Amino acid sequence: MAVALERIEFEHVHEHIQEHADEEGGSTLLGFWIYLMSDCLLFAALFATFAVVGGNYAGGPSARQVLELPTVEFNTAMLLLSSLTCGLAMLEVERGRVAAMQAWLAVTALFGLTFVGVEIQEFAHMVREGAGPDRSAFLSCFFTLVGTHGLHVSVGLIWMTTLMAQVGRRGLIPANTRRLACFSLFWHFLDVIWIGVFTFVYLMGMLR
Amino acid sequence: MIDGVSLYKFLFGRLTWAAFPIHEPILVGTFLVVVTGGVAVLGALTYFRLWGYLWREWFTTIDHKRIGVMYTVLGIVMLLRGFADAMMMRGQQAIAFGASQGYLPAHHYDQIFTAHGVIMIFFVAMPLITGLMNFVMPLQIGARDVAFPYLNNFSFWMTVGGAMLVMVSLFVGDFARTGWLAYPPLSGIQYSPDTGVDYYIWALQVAGIGTLLSGVNMVTTVLKLRAPGMTLMRMPVFTWTTLCTNVLIVASFPVLTVVLALLALDRYLGMHFFTNDFGGNAMMYVNLIWIWGHPEVYILILPAFGVFSEVTATFSGKRLFGYSSMVYATVCITVLAYLVWLHHFFTMGSGASVNAFFGITTMIISIPTGAKMFNWLFTLYRGRIRFELPMLWTIAFMLTFVIGGMSGVLLAVPPADFVLHNSLFLVAHFHNVIIGGVVFGMFAGINYWFPKAFGFRLDPFWGRVSFWFWVSGFYVAFMPLYVLGLMGVTRRLRHFDDPSLQIWFVIAALGAALIFVGILAFLMQLFVSIRDRERLRDATGDPWGGRTLEWSTPSPPPEYNFAFTPVIRDRDAWWEMKKRGYRRPLEGFKPIHMPRNTGTGVILAALSTILGFAMVWYIWWLAATCFLALFVVAIGHTFNYQRSFHLSADEVARIERARTPTLAAEG
Repeated sequence: MAVALERIEFEHVHEHIQEHADEEGGSTLLGFWIYLMSDCLLFAALFATFAVVGGNYAGGPSARQVLELPTVEFNTAMLLLSSLTCGLAMLEVERGRVAAMQAWLAVTALFGLTFVGVEIQEFAHMVREGAGPDRSAFLSCFFTLVGTHGLHVSVGLIWMTTLMAQVGRRGLIPANTRRLACFSLFWHFLDVIWIGVFTFVYLMGMLR
Repeated sequence: MIDGVSLYKFLFGRLTWAAFPIHEPILVGTFLVVVTGGVAVLGALTYFRLWGYLWREWFTTIDHKRIGVMYTVLGIVMLLRGFADAMMMRGQQAIAFGASQGYLPAHHYDQIFTAHGVIMIFFVAMPLITGLMNFVMPLQIGARDVAFPYLNNFSFWMTVGGAMLVMVSLFVGDFARTGWLAYPPLSGIQYSPDTGVDYYIWALQVAGIGTLLSGVNMVTTVLKLRAPGMTLMRMPVFTWTTLCTNVLIVASFPVLTVVLALLALDRYLGMHFFTNDFGGNAMMYVNLIWIWGHPEVYILILPAFGVFSEVTATFSGKRLFGYSSMVYATVCITVLAYLVWLHHFFTMGSGASVNAFFGITTMIISIPTGAKMFNWLFTLYRGRIRFELPMLWTIAFMLTFVIGGMSGVLLAVPPADFVLHNSLFLVAHFHNVIIGGVVFGMFAGINYWFPKAFGFRLDPFWGRVSFWFWVSGFYVAFMPLYVLGLMGVTRRLRHFDDPSLQIWFVIAALGAALIFVGILAFLMQLFVSIRDRERLRDATGDPWGGRTLEWSTPSPPPEYNFAFTPVIRDRDAWWEMKKRGYRRPLEGFKPIHMPRNTGTGVILAALSTILGFAMVWYIWWLAATCFLALFVVAIGHTFNYQRSFHLSADEVARIERARTPTLAAEG
């Protein structure tokens, strides 16, 4: 009987730990990481498609003819800077300073918005030049890979706006800081993908 | 000026009255049966005032056990549809010789073999394994629920949405006529301009997103929510296979999403990924779809392997033989699953060296699989075997799966594959492993865990009838296909010239009829079991003398599963607790933190399904509206922070006191 009681107590201790972990939402970050890895594979499949058929110009314009490095260099800078400011916003979350965090997030959104805007300009320009996605396999791949990344950034912008509203309403409660942590993972992840896009699509496209 | 035609086009896209197959008597008959049945069911639900109950207790539930049950029900319902397709094909092939054209026009027959494959894999096998994993795994690791209960509900309804789209295609427009993987250029807009391939794409996209998210959920659950003391190498083998299967899901379903999206871009926006012209490359599609498709095969079979591991140990009254080798074999299969995809198209010109590489990796997979087979045999060796239904299915699996595995190793030899590629030998092979492995495994699992889910066992008599008809029917239906395949008969044919082949097709049709009796007997088993539930009642919570944690709970388990999180000291946790004379605590309960039910999953999945339908029929305004609504509902949901509540300690004590006295372990 004594043994049984002792065991129950032992279980209570662990019970407490378990409850605590649940309330903190301890699984959310891991779960979001796993989701990001699956998203990474989504891009991997697109990169693989680009590697296989991305050189098929079908008599249409080649990468060197349609891509403009200065534009994309500017845009790369925008996205990298937005990652920096997103990191600064997260530092303010650590310090618990709501206003500073909101300000840095707004700057991040501004950089992100510029990125998407310039990308849309670039796409529109290419379509006007007769280099739309239906012109060749290369252009199909280009628009799909770059566009999927741009779509992710756009969703990130909507997410960011939502989070700013939620923090504005309820402040930095645990549920919100957890969401902010997921968001910053997402935003940095898009940066990493963009490094791949910039290298393999734009830089290497100039070489082929 | 907007004239009538363009207004109609705007409102309904390309949907016209011609899309409804009123001139095809088979479809009209089916439609009438479905409508009558549907009206009867809906009428009964309304008459008995069950809508509120279903909505509150089931549709919006975030309880992993109920979601598991709903997945299983979906799988069984869709099995009836998929099997109806199979019977129609067998009937057609048995009579369409020489002058006879059979009863199915090519246009219809091609849809049937496509729908059969799609439904059986995506909407029968996947829901059944997901259902079992959902129900069993959290109980086996001593968790209260999965890591993301709300996401779990959403995933389920997305799977339902995909299934609905396939069903709708039966009566509104056509389904794909391309075979279950829809290879381009046949599935491109040029050769398949109608709605068939679009239904295929959107059904699989909607269901695929659900599956992917459910994979993320399960992996996180196994990694984070194990009870204290349950190290990885103390997890039950079913939990191990669940982990590996869901790792495979997370790592392969994104590729399916991409390849279907690219096909959709080709079809909708005139892009050139897989077209014949403008630099497209159809082989890219074949590679990508099999990079998803081969892991998918292991996604289906690994949970079945897990079921057999639990069943052999329980019904032999022994510890599982070679636990560690079983775990390593599972992990090996998980990794190797990614290195064999090209064996699906040895004949498509990759060259001898590439074919040799993939032939060898394919053969290597049979080594861990063989190791598992020996482990099960050694578990049986000198065990006290009880031939209950789950054990019968397991033995049938061992015999059948080995045959299927051997024909698979044969197909892995590239020169042999050049002869057998695309033949009925291949069809016999994969039915041999999917029916003999996955389906038998699911029947073993359903019979094994049913008493845990509902508190009474399934009737053994009708279970045995179902078992014998299924197993004998399988052999009668598919052994002739091996013979025909070796004679060079290719798959997906609607009509044959050589009358000497007919006898084999007639035998195969007879086999399908036997399986049909097996399915009816299974439905009868469900009916009789529910009718006689008092006779079959299990008050102990542990009817089979189980070894793993799920059997330590009452049947059905309370919604929180465990009032106290169990502490694990051994591999067979419950067996060890029973040996130590474990007593259920009767006091000291604490409030339990529970997630609240939510209808958001149903709404989001319904919007996704309508979005898919609108895209199929080019109804752009509806698609755009649904797309926006998806964002609004999803974002709106995140503003709700009141997602959980506490079940009071008194309530827990009341639930526990009602159940504890009847449990087996109560000393």
